[in-house]
Amino acid sequence: MSPEKLSVTAALIATIASALVIFSERAFPFVLFSRKSPPSIIRFIEKYIPPMVMAALLFYCLKNLSVTELLDSGERTITLNKFLPDLSALTLTVLLHLWKNNSLLSIFGGTALYMFLSQIL
Amino acid sequence: MKKRNFILAFKTSLPVLFGYLAIGIAFGLMMAEKEYPLWLTAIMSLTMYAGAGQYVAVGLFAAGIPLTGIIITEILVNIRHIVYGLSLISKFKNTGKWKPYLIFALTDETYSLLTTTDVPEGENAGSFYGTIAMLDHSYWITGGLIGAILGQIITSKTNFSLGGVDFALTSLFAVLLIEQLKKSKDFLPPLIGTVTTIFAIILWRFKILPDSNNILLLSLAMGLALLLMLRKPDSKQKNKNGGN
Repeated sequence: MSPEKLSVTAALIATIASALVIFSERAFPFVLFSRKSPPSIIRFIEKYIPPMVMAALLFYCLKNLSVTELLDSGERTITLNKFLPDLSALTLTVLLHLWKNNSLLSIFGGTALYMFLSQIL
Repeated sequence: MKKRNFILAFKTSLPVLFGYLAIGIAFGLMMAEKEYPLWLTAIMSLTMYAGAGQYVAVGLFAAGIPLTGIIITEILVNIRHIVYGLSLISKFKNTGKWKPYLIFALTDETYSLLTTTDVPEGENAGSFYGTIAMLDHSYWITGGLIGAILGQIITSKTNFSLGGVDFALTSLFAVLLIEQLKKSKDFLPPLIGTVTTIFAIILWRFKILPDSNNILLLSLAMGLALLLMLRKPDSKQKNKNGGN
């Protein structure tokens, strides 16, 4: 099964490695394209990769939703209380964002509803 | 720097103040919930300084993902940063000793401020942009610390549970996805990401994929391959539907 959480030292090392990765990514265009114009692969990265990654991250976050437990051979029952918080909070986030277009409000509204529902159900 | 221009930089950064305090607090709460120390929260906000990157990192730490997995995931989660600099190359030309810091601190929010703000007359571009970037950075660190302290108090002194606070991450991704779709109006890339991720989750559910930490790597690798097949890197905008 899944291993234990990282120790503080391991997490610190991972933090520093991640910080280097992120800085390298931010510095990349300045180092490479200060003099010549960027090739088409960069425009490709800019246009198509972020939306693909974002959708992947979103569904990755929902990986424990019990709707997918239907796929498990043994258990056939969907327990409402296991996927209701996720689905309602996600719906609220999307609706709030389409309505008010305020990222903070959408994130906080969705998270508050999720915390409430997952704790009372 | 003139006092008047500092005030101008502060006013410019105000929208980010509230945003970063709030998202930073959520990050700090997650770190406290996973029982990581306050100083690690501070170091992460100081050195990584990336919202989604740090949210994802908490989850990876808590799941005990090995270093290589964390590095590959962070590369992909932050890949959009590769392109942010492109539109700022000429704007950062005369920023002198501030330039490395400006590049380091180029978050989504600071990027949107710097691309839309002009330097006041007679002011040095480096110190004006640098001040805005440093103010944003300080809001972010402060938010994380407030969250981490609040989290420790809440879990030790009250019965209130922080369970579910990491849904902020799911919400954040949903919001970012909506924002990107509004701009691109192209549903194929997110559709690819959705399909490959659900496929990877199914493989994990059937125990074909042994570890849940491989889901994201597998889905992003498949997604990248599909994108390269369906959207040619050299195809221009007019070729919107991929094939020809």
